[in-house]
Amino acid sequence: MVQSTCPQLATDILDRSFLENRARLLEVAAFLDRIDRSREPEAGRADFRYRACQDALQLLASASGERAKALQLLLSDHSPEPRVSAKGLKGAAGAWKERR
Amino acid sequence: MRFIEPHIHMVSRTTDDYQAMALAGIRTVSEPAFWAGFDRGSAQGFRDYFNQLTMTERARAALYGVKHHCWICLNPKEAEDLTLAREVLAIIPEFLDRPSVLGIGEIGLNKNSRNELTVLEEHLALAEQRGELVLVHTPHLEDKLKGTRLIIDAIRNFKGITPDRVLIDHAEEHTAGVIRDAGFWLGLTLYPTSKCSPARAIDLLETHGTDRVWLNSAADWGISDPLATVKASEEMRRRGHPEALIEKVFFDNPRAFLSQSPKFSV
Ligand SMILES: [Zn+2]
Repeated sequence: MVQSTCPQLATDILDRSFLENRARLLEVAAFLDRIDRSREPEAGRADFRYRACQDALQLLASASGERAKALQLLLSDHSPEPRVSAKGLKGAAGAWKERR
Repeated sequence: MRFIEPHIHMVSRTTDDYQAMALAGIRTVSEPAFWAGFDRGSAQGFRDYFNQLTMTERARAALYGVKHHCWICLNPKEAEDLTLAREVLAIIPEFLDRPSVLGIGEIGLNKNSRNELTVLEEHLALAEQRGELVLVHTPHLEDKLKGTRLIIDAIRNFKGITPDRVLIDHAEEHTAGVIRDAGFWLGLTLYPTSKCSPARAIDLLETHGTDRVWLNSAADWGISDPLATVKASEEMRRRGHPEALIEKVFFDNPRAFLSQSPKFSV
């Protein structure tokens, strides 16, 4: 049982945020469709970010409570040791390349 | 309502942002030293930047009724070159005694490398030796969890630095608990795409509580919003949280942490 910490009524949350989140779901669907219609879609589907996206969708469908935390963990680098060098590296990809 | 914006990079913003912030009730800011979007070529470049933070920016803010404070350090994105980092570390003490400098920050990690960790430890040694407050930047996206853990381990090796004098910023759903459990202050950053939205930040307040936490915009030269804290306060109000709690999160909490430096005032 998830603890009640948000003072809003669940139906009020739906009234206010359903359309916004419906639109977000459509964006994800269209993003995946676009990769299917792209040139060299196989290279896209083999990319670690695409695979992270697929796993994220499964996680959202199966988890209950703390979905956001679980999603963050799925997308995180879990290696324990510091990187040997950050030379030439500045930004982050948003998913962990070495995740199996 | 009164706001304190505890983490914003005003050197990258225009003057009309100061006007808008003052109108919205943000009349006190703290600005950590950060990456300019390019690597500076010399320690002299950092000296110029630290002068800008401690003098020029403070004066510009004052013209618009905003009280400006800052933090000094070499940020982790420029920490890979150890030689340059040590030249910069050598000039930092000159600036720490200036009247608007609250402590050392934002230090931390970016890509979680060995050199970044070394530079973090050298900043922590300086903070311990001088009894400075510490403001910590945690890495972005997939690097955040690992970086947060490495940073906490590093700080724990400095027994003279107590967790109540350290704020670990840019926390999200997977790191807020890690930071809280270790006894540090927690920062939630309202930044489009790469950090928290107002809704997710308020979710984190609802799940982790409102003690020892601040919210900030970290607005800088990227797509970001110097009024993000005001918008998040509206999200809290719309959900039915009491006014006193909203004031605690956006004013009392940052004041409590920052007032540990005698140089802070609102
Ligand atoms: Zn920052």
